[in-house]
Amino acid sequence: MSKILIRGAKVLGGEPQDVLVDGETIAEVGTGLGAEGAQVIEADGKILLPGLVDLHTHLREPGREDSETVLTGTRAAASGGYTAVFAMANTFPVADTAGVVEQVWRLGKEHGYCDVQPIGAVTVGLEGKQLSELGAMHDSAAGVTVFSDDGKCVDDAVIMRRALEYVKAFGGVVAQHAQEPRLTEGAQMNEGVVSAELGLGGWPAVAEESVIARDVLLAEHVGSRVHICHLSTAGSVEIVRWAKSRGIDVTAEVTPHHLLLTDELVRSYNPVYKVNPPLRTERDVLALREALADGTIDIVATDHAPHPHEDKDCEWAAAAMGMVGLETALSVVQHTMVETGLLDWAGVAERMSFKPARIGSLAGHGRPIAPGEPANLTLVDSAYRGVVDPAGFASRSRNTPYEGRELPGRVTHTFLRGRATVVDGKLA
Amino acid sequence: MKRHLISAADLSRDDAVLILDTAEEMARVADRPIKKLPTLRGRTVVNLFFEDSTRTRISFEAAAKRLSADVINFSAKGSSVSKGESLKDTALTLEAMGADAVVIRHHASGAPYRLANSGWIDGAVVNAGDGTHEHPTQALLDAFTMRRRLVGPDAGLGKDLSGRRITIVGDVLHSRVARSNVHLLTTLGAEVTLVAPPTLVPVGVESWPCEVSYDLDQVLPKSDAVMMLRVQRERMNAAFFPTEREYARRYGLDADRMAKMPEHAVVMHPGPMNRGMEITAEVADSVRCTAVEQVANGVSTRMAVLYLLLGGSEPAVATNHARTEENK
Amino acid sequence: MDAVIPPPEPARAVLEAPDIARVLTRIAHEIDERAKGADDVVLLGIPTRGVFLAHRLAAKLEQITGRTMPVGSLDITMYRDDLRMRPARALARTEIPGEGIDGRLVVLVDDVLFSGRTIRAALDALNDIGRPRAVQLAVLVDRGHRELPIRADYVGKNLPTSLRETVKVQLTEEDGRDSVLLGTRATASADGQ
Repeated sequence: MSKILIRGAKVLGGEPQDVLVDGETIAEVGTGLGAEGAQVIEADGKILLPGLVDLHTHLREPGREDSETVLTGTRAAASGGYTAVFAMANTFPVADTAGVVEQVWRLGKEHGYCDVQPIGAVTVGLEGKQLSELGAMHDSAAGVTVFSDDGKCVDDAVIMRRALEYVKAFGGVVAQHAQEPRLTEGAQMNEGVVSAELGLGGWPAVAEESVIARDVLLAEHVGSRVHICHLSTAGSVEIVRWAKSRGIDVTAEVTPHHLLLTDELVRSYNPVYKVNPPLRTERDVLALREALADGTIDIVATDHAPHPHEDKDCEWAAAAMGMVGLETALSVVQHTMVETGLLDWAGVAERMSFKPARIGSLAGHGRPIAPGEPANLTLVDSAYRGVVDPAGFASRSRNTPYEGRELPGRVTHTFLRGRATVVDGKLA
Repeated sequence: MKRHLISAADLSRDDAVLILDTAEEMARVADRPIKKLPTLRGRTVVNLFFEDSTRTRISFEAAAKRLSADVINFSAKGSSVSKGESLKDTALTLEAMGADAVVIRHHASGAPYRLANSGWIDGAVVNAGDGTHEHPTQALLDAFTMRRRLVGPDAGLGKDLSGRRITIVGDVLHSRVARSNVHLLTTLGAEVTLVAPPTLVPVGVESWPCEVSYDLDQVLPKSDAVMMLRVQRERMNAAFFPTEREYARRYGLDADRMAKMPEHAVVMHPGPMNRGMEITAEVADSVRCTAVEQVANGVSTRMAVLYLLLGGSEPAVATNHARTEENK
Repeated sequence: MDAVIPPPEPARAVLEAPDIARVLTRIAHEIDERAKGADDVVLLGIPTRGVFLAHRLAAKLEQITGRTMPVGSLDITMYRDDLRMRPARALARTEIPGEGIDGRLVVLVDDVLFSGRTIRAALDALNDIGRPRAVQLAVLVDRGHRELPIRADYVGKNLPTSLRETVKVQLTEEDGRDSVLLGTRATASADGQ
């Protein structure tokens, strides 16, 4: 295997250092490292982060290859600085059996842009009625540890309780998509001032908060851990903060778009802003940023949700929910958290790499940048400023809410176990 | 330049008064032996209805025909639209047919806005009711009716509804008529009060420029016009109110309640009425009820809108949809 | 109608208030003579200034004949042939006297006769309202440059002009003073009168 010397990189935003990669692992970290026999990458003060880990990606394969495939999705992930993604279970067929999760896992391995760790469905067909074979998925080659019906809420309290209990046997975690279904029938956007004016069905914050409240209490009762997907309201933050203060084993994620965008954007009726959970108010956005900074919210997860153009090029009510996010996540986090002074780069590494890998029990990712560790690395040009142009996306879909928006930062290099997947901002 | 009527909120006070004044002149045409004007000769107006509404469609059709426009009625029923053809493809078809204006009724809130702002068509878009969002021509004809009744057909020219107290009663939550009226009547200087059971008032209503009350009897004596909204019986099943009987008792308008209104006050209803539900037959058929007048005024008002949007090289009514894409 | 572009040079008054009063008196007498007592005459002014002129003529005719003279207005906006060349504009009032126009002698009254297109539109508008016995035209100023085979029956003043010139009629009711101003405009255009 070849050697690579990354010279003068600010490791986790610290003082410039050299990092020598030998084969699949980091050999040395220091200053003035010798370059003999190594390919040299002049980092020139760029930020070096551990390879990012996304706990919440929709790769769409199998079933909706018109919007994304494992190949295009992992290329998008690599472009965005990710070395591992957790693939959500709401595919066709649903990833509720060992067979489907192994297929997705193998496709990730074959393509080699980014490790793909499948998430298993909590219930058969995401229908919320009968538990999937959680143990069989864990025991499969894919080694599933995260289970979620994402897209749908496990709303039956008994099913949720059983799932929380059952996965304890093998250290699994249930990731809940918190959405009370009856309160969100026909819901189209955040319920509030804007929905009242636009006449779009309201999606009340309480529909999310009531489920989170129930689930943290269930987790406490059965002594399990629970993960909350895409927290979107200030009230949800309060509940998670309270739960953590009680010692409940809960972790939570926030998406980049909920850290930046608000429901005011829906006034354009442009379905690119249609997403589940919906964009909320400025008050919520500020609460989410604060919670991510103080650790109440543990991680940033993209909820990368590709959709073909025709599913967005229509009237609001007919449009699909979701936004792509892998290729813009780090930029949005830099914009909303780093440049606002809420987080330093070490904090970003914690929330976008270390912690998501720990929540998902993913070995070999989210490791320190230190000798002997796997060389999963992301080099970021934080001084870069650019306008988002979806035409340049590696994802098969273009449904980004940031088109035309100036965002900071650009991933120039991504290394997956010592092999470059992105070089000079281009896929290798 | 774009020329559309999507929301009553897009109209300034002067725009709205111009439309009402123009409608007043249009109304006089109806009294002539020849009720037709050559103004929109050679122009094509498409009535694009994704939702059944014979009343609104024939009103727009009559308005366009009186102005000599060619009218094409495109109903989603029985067409490829109901077989999954998208709004976009329908729009492109109409564009290819050379529609100068598209009057659109759609079950989805925002569909007319999308049609007007997506670049799918060049013609003017007139919102004839979208989901639970807006129905601006209904609000205009309501305002026209009120100005005629409360100020006078001639005395009203050039005037707005300053100081008039308008009460809107019923299913505000699902009502595009209520939303458009709140915007327009406020623009015209009226004081609007919404009366409904709390379940039928939208969350977020506090940002609206109006008062909200749950007590009809308290508001009636202070009303110059009382607008009764249609309440669909199906709402009962979604627990918005317990029974029809209870709704009618608390929020329906009967003769006793009407007697509490000032002498000059009128009762309005956009139709179709649920007699016995939000309004009793006695009230509906009384001289104070303007429901039939509203239908006639609808044609004049829509003539005014079509004339002002299509009658020149650019619309006389300034409509601006540069809504913020950014949120700071 | 009045020219929309303000003249770059100071306009020169070609008729002052006493001249306007005199020519209107003369036109009233001519109408009385030609209509033989004017007992079936209906005066219809074309908004805006034609309406004021029609009312002034009616008042003078009432002095001459001792009878009430039916007078009204005829808005021609929606009959114009240049609608698509300009922004849509507000409508003016059409007010037909109670007697109607069927079988009567309608005298259209306008301030300036120029291309003749306004009068063409007025004839179309009249057609939708009724069937007069005859239609005549009275104008305060005829400035020439007809684009249609139309002529006035009663003319206050013939004013030979070039297309670069503008003719602006001011009336007390609208402008606070009576006068006819002749000015110059930068570019010639034939759509206004």
